[in-house]
Amino acid sequence: MKPEEKKPGWKSLPMGAAVLEPGSSLKYKTGDWRAFRPVVDKGKCVNCLLCWIYCPDSAIVRGEKCVEVNYDYCKGCGICAAECPTKPKAITMVEEQK
Amino acid sequence: MTIVGMTGDEAVAFAVKQSKVDIVAAYPITPQTIMVERFSKYVADGEVQTEYVCVESEHSALSACVGASLTGARVFTATASQGLALMHEMLYIASGLRCPIVMGVANRALSAPINIHGDHSDMMGSRDSGWVQIYVENAQEAYDWTIQAFKLAEDGEVQLPVSVNLDGFILSHLLEGVDVLEDEAVSRFLQLRKPLFTIDPDKPITVGALCLPDYYFEFKRQQVEAMQNVPRVLGSVNKEYGSITGRDYGVLETFGMEDAEAAILCLGSTAGTARTVARKLREQGKKVGVIKLWLYRPFPTGDIIAASKRLKALAVLDKAVSFGAPYGALCSDVVSALHTQLERPQVFNVVYGLGGRDIEPSDVEFVFEEALRTSETGVVKEPVVFLGVRE
Amino acid sequence: MVTLKELSTEELFASGHRLCAGCGEGIINRMTLKALRGPTVIVAATGCNEVASTIYPYTSWCLPWVHVAFENAAAVASGIEAAYKAMARRGAWDEHVDVIAMAGDGGTYDIGIQALSGALERGHDFLYICVDNEAYMNTGIQRSGATPRGADTTTSPAGSAIPGKPEWKKDLIGICAAHGIEYVATASPAYWNDYITKVRKGIEVNGPAVIDVLSPCPLGWRHDSALSIQLVRLAVETRYFPVYEVEKGKYKLNFTVPKPKPVEEFLKAQGRFAHLFKPEYRKDVIDDIQANVDANWNRIQKLCTQN
Repeated sequence: MKPEEKKPGWKSLPMGAAVLEPGSSLKYKTGDWRAFRPVVDKGKCVNCLLCWIYCPDSAIVRGEKCVEVNYDYCKGCGICAAECPTKPKAITMVEEQK
Repeated sequence: MTIVGMTGDEAVAFAVKQSKVDIVAAYPITPQTIMVERFSKYVADGEVQTEYVCVESEHSALSACVGASLTGARVFTATASQGLALMHEMLYIASGLRCPIVMGVANRALSAPINIHGDHSDMMGSRDSGWVQIYVENAQEAYDWTIQAFKLAEDGEVQLPVSVNLDGFILSHLLEGVDVLEDEAVSRFLQLRKPLFTIDPDKPITVGALCLPDYYFEFKRQQVEAMQNVPRVLGSVNKEYGSITGRDYGVLETFGMEDAEAAILCLGSTAGTARTVARKLREQGKKVGVIKLWLYRPFPTGDIIAASKRLKALAVLDKAVSFGAPYGALCSDVVSALHTQLERPQVFNVVYGLGGRDIEPSDVEFVFEEALRTSETGVVKEPVVFLGVRE
Repeated sequence: MVTLKELSTEELFASGHRLCAGCGEGIINRMTLKALRGPTVIVAATGCNEVASTIYPYTSWCLPWVHVAFENAAAVASGIEAAYKAMARRGAWDEHVDVIAMAGDGGTYDIGIQALSGALERGHDFLYICVDNEAYMNTGIQRSGATPRGADTTTSPAGSAIPGKPEWKKDLIGICAAHGIEYVATASPAYWNDYITKVRKGIEVNGPAVIDVLSPCPLGWRHDSALSIQLVRLAVETRYFPVYEVEKGKYKLNFTVPKPKPVEEFLKAQGRFAHLFKPEYRKDVIDDIQANVDANWNRIQKLCTQN
């Protein structure tokens, strides 16, 4: 049986399994789920924000002129690239380097 | 002193009214119906500020109560039998989410076969759910314990739901004179609820998270601790209530135990019958006594050990059957409590009253005689006796 | 209607949740939370959304969020709504709090239908959003009352004798509209403006409102995660999933889809319908599905003209 050393015990945990810190999942980086990463071509991006609204992980960040990808959380689903309306696309999916 | 004629159900409804409950979400089921009907009338006549939610099932009743309780509101519901069984998963959830809900249960037999009369099978089936369980003997106790239940449940060291159990029909529909407090006295005793955590938009929290094997155990241990705090908190609640009403409560009540050699231990209204018979037998010189538990969960192990110190035989009356178990639920708990003691009484179980089958003074006398015989011989003839069933 | 630039950049549904890559529920959560007008409480039913976003000690939610059980989101929401009302009445609460219940199709169409019906009948002021991925996805893709005809799920498998689910999808909108509530609607996250507008409309209704929003599931529907939005756009373009509103009993199609694509295009794009194409082309089932899509569309159109 593995002793749960580093995790808090019942005496110090808040009552009833309530999570008191909103958005604490930000501590859990899902970026390592990726097999492909989206790459934004800033020259082609028209800042339409469709990739931003369609991202399931809030991993597209709005900027002044164009969007950026937050690679800490991006799971590489590819929706942003698929929905990008510019021709040619401003976002392309590139294989993740090991 | 204000004596009002009330049934057990009415007494609970009146206590809830005085306790300034914010939400009542309940579904009708015999023999609890009078509780919800009486309360609906209070709402319709503007006598309470309570928001009454006429839910479409008992499961939804407790679900709505959990939601309401998490906002910090004071919450009450009531049910019986099948309704309690239907909300079974929610009982565990209410306790796990530490909601200090108070529930009145007019104990009634569980189907099948369907039966609307009183026995304890409904709440016995939920004894592991993490609810504090109190059993009352009459309408006065139903009134007094409902008010005290809110204070007990909402205490920072408890934060557990509490059920106040009254025998279906025998107590729920029994009319007696109940000595009630003034509204202000109840308000002073109870005060507003001070919740420990709520779903407040200004302080957003997440309630009901998924706890994987690395966390679940710790939260259950917290509930165990809370249960263990109950007797101590109950003591101070009882003391304060006693100072206002002159009525003293505790975890159990005894009669004749100062010199009893044989005794009956039971819950609820049967204790009244047992006491009457014991009084008659004691006048004949027989050394008998009665132990009546108010508190069933958490089980008052220490108090039962203390009460049975000089006993030679103890008949534990179960108004429910636990199929396949060595004893009924109450007797199993008593036997477990006593097993650590080198000197302990011979215990036997009497299963009675199922489906509202009446227990008469002559039946109780039979049990006392059996207990006395056991105390003399030191031998239990039959570990489980089914009293009142036709062979 | 809003523009994307007008929408808040605040992410009340934070990153770091464990929803699958390309999950429609993540997209729907974000869109929903862009439509809020003030203090809001989310009540969630058990499901992918709940499980993946609140693994203790993490939570992705930056607003009050409660999960109680699978079938009772509407009942819990009822209790919360009533409690705020009661506490406001005694002066213990002074701001209006919007209550939004979010449940999957399992927790709505099937096990949750009773609680939903009760809450609608009692008229609680809340918005109920059914995040509809057309099966019990969290437990491993089992069929629900929302699963379409012909879909392969683990409890309605495409076998040699039966080609997927024999029954049709339940008409949730009809059921909810029959309660006489002020607002019921369907939506597809591909049409973000329509959906966000509807969420806001539902919140603003004084009473119950229900939205059934189609949620793509790359794992359960078996498609490339990148195609999530394309698929729920195609669902609308084929009239498979009509997007309409019922406002005070009046039906209105939000997208009239004048030149519908054949439903076969929608079916062909997903693995859950693959057995209708290989090894044998099941024209019988596909025609049946097309006929049902047409009949359903006609039914809704007729209801629109009956206003």
